[in-house]
Amino acid sequence: MNLECRKFDALVIGAGGGGLRAALQLSQADASVAVVSKVFPTRSHTVAAQGGMNAALANVSPDNWHWHMYDTVKGSDYLGDQDAIEYMCRAASHLVIELEHQGVPFSRLDNGKIYQRPFGGQSQNFGGAQAARTCAAADRTGHAILHTLYQQNIQARTHFFDEYFAIDLLMDKDGFVLGALVLRIETGELLIIEAKTTLLATGGVGRLFRTNTNARINTGDGMAMVLRAGIPLQDMEFFQFHPTGIAGKGMLITEGVRGEGGYLLNGDGERFMERYAPNAKDLASRDVVSRAIAVEVREGRGCGPDKDHVMLKLDHLGSEIIKKRLPGIRDTCITFLHIDPVEQPIPVFPTAHYTMGGIPTNRYGQVVVPVKQSPEEPIPGLYAVGECACVSVHGANRLGGNSLLDIVVFGRAAGNHIIEFLRENRYHRPMQNAQDSIDRALARLARWEQRREGETVDELRKELQKTMEFYCGVFRTRDVLEQGVKKMLEIEQRVAQATLRDHSQVFNTARIEALELENLVDTGLATVVSALAREESRGAHSREDFPERDDQRWLKHSLYYQEQNRLDYKPVRIKPLTVESFPPKPRVY
Amino acid sequence: MDSQKEQLYWRCRRGMLELDELLQSFLDQGFDKLDDEQRVAFQQLIRLQDQELLPYLLGQTLPTDGKMAHVVNCIRHAYRP
Repeated sequence: MNLECRKFDALVIGAGGGGLRAALQLSQADASVAVVSKVFPTRSHTVAAQGGMNAALANVSPDNWHWHMYDTVKGSDYLGDQDAIEYMCRAASHLVIELEHQGVPFSRLDNGKIYQRPFGGQSQNFGGAQAARTCAAADRTGHAILHTLYQQNIQARTHFFDEYFAIDLLMDKDGFVLGALVLRIETGELLIIEAKTTLLATGGVGRLFRTNTNARINTGDGMAMVLRAGIPLQDMEFFQFHPTGIAGKGMLITEGVRGEGGYLLNGDGERFMERYAPNAKDLASRDVVSRAIAVEVREGRGCGPDKDHVMLKLDHLGSEIIKKRLPGIRDTCITFLHIDPVEQPIPVFPTAHYTMGGIPTNRYGQVVVPVKQSPEEPIPGLYAVGECACVSVHGANRLGGNSLLDIVVFGRAAGNHIIEFLRENRYHRPMQNAQDSIDRALARLARWEQRREGETVDELRKELQKTMEFYCGVFRTRDVLEQGVKKMLEIEQRVAQATLRDHSQVFNTARIEALELENLVDTGLATVVSALAREESRGAHSREDFPERDDQRWLKHSLYYQEQNRLDYKPVRIKPLTVESFPPKPRVY
Repeated sequence: MDSQKEQLYWRCRRGMLELDELLQSFLDQGFDKLDDEQRVAFQQLIRLQDQELLPYLLGQTLPTDGKMAHVVNCIRHAYRP
């Protein structure tokens, strides 16, 4: 097959904050840059980030980057790489100011300085008083950052391929990544984008779970491309859940509801949090509340005809307080449930929110894999940043306000490293040496066209999401996870026999959804296999049968390879760049 | 689905779950009942940025354009939990 081919210095796949920050760095350095995005760039999931971006500006409370670093290491339950964390926290203040100069309208204090709000997990002086470290542009910080970066890229003449779907990486026989095969959604035409460097910035994979807060675009496309190229994914067992999302739908019901006096009830009408956390009750930490809800449901004390959720009651607060202090939550419930929480309780279940694991990278954004004695050898020409990557600054648990920071810091760092790489690699390598990977990607597409009978993509996706939620959600034991692996392997086989409902070329969204389902299968298996192996509880990964953190055996990163579902491990980078290491100690807040 | 509707379906893939849920379910359940003028208003509506659309679709405010406001109400009424 003769395929159209376009050549660029750099290919960026994904147009959220991470991809756009990297692209901007490159375009401003006069590199030719292609950004491929399956939706219009400003509809990337960065737009949904409301909280803000952490930086130790010390505008509201005393602060410095070293305290921010301590909080991030502790928040990561000591699984974060301390060199990358130091780099990120040191860069934060500079990058907030840079964003402001680029046009992000950060909220301000009366004295004109950038406003900063307190967030969970932020402390002064290494675990002391609450810090106020999060810079925000009202409640639309992600939106403001994304739009600013997009406009800056337009000005810098970045070339956008909007509504193009990346199928697979193209890799030559020497292991260099030469670009990607992409599909133009509007016409169904295939295109090879040839590039000296390729950067993945495709976001997380919240769509693995039935109840999740993520936009439907978050299907782990870049992560799955990496797996199919023979590269491992790191720490995929660590997935952040929020305890109260609207059951079966996922929309977040903020902790503020319980802060105002709302409480949880099981199917027997019991206020069950009193059993799990006699003191804090409904205000216990996120992981405790999430697991308590999951246990109630698993033990048959859920609500509704399928007993698959619990209720969050707040009508006793009175209509005035709810309308005044929780108007957004009320609007969300009226819109998506057609119930008014002034009168009725809200059905809730833990909702998947953020993927801590991902494509293993170093702090320059280079994708790194173990080769012989070295745990981290760069794959030439391949980079990854943002939620799809695991650099790893979030370790086993991400702190609020650190994800927008992560994408901006490492987007810029990767851009800078790519500029250096381009200086030393001035010519495209011959694409004919990547013919095998082109053929494999085309064969995968062809399989979908050949099958005319079988299960549908929609049915299988629903089953996958239910399976992941039940067997790899917040409640994890060896038995549960073993069943999860078995069921996901069965789903993998069934997806291989599934059929497309539409074989046309123009705007065939069914084909895209089928390819996304394959990506969910690949990343789902990575998640459940990694979770089964890790026999300890750390951060967001909590095992009922191994309730303690075990630094002797498990202070290490997991690496999952798709071939034979194999696992390998590599050490955590405990040594920071310039300061003393923070050794693991019990994580108490 | 015809290709024009498929195109709309894809363009109702947004950066936020709330918008995905409301817009895509409207395409399944309500869009076919719109007349030509209302369909044009729907297309104008989905050209807005996500953060502009959200308060409309959550019922917090309405677009000043009457036709777009009508379509917003149709989307909200057509949604079935």
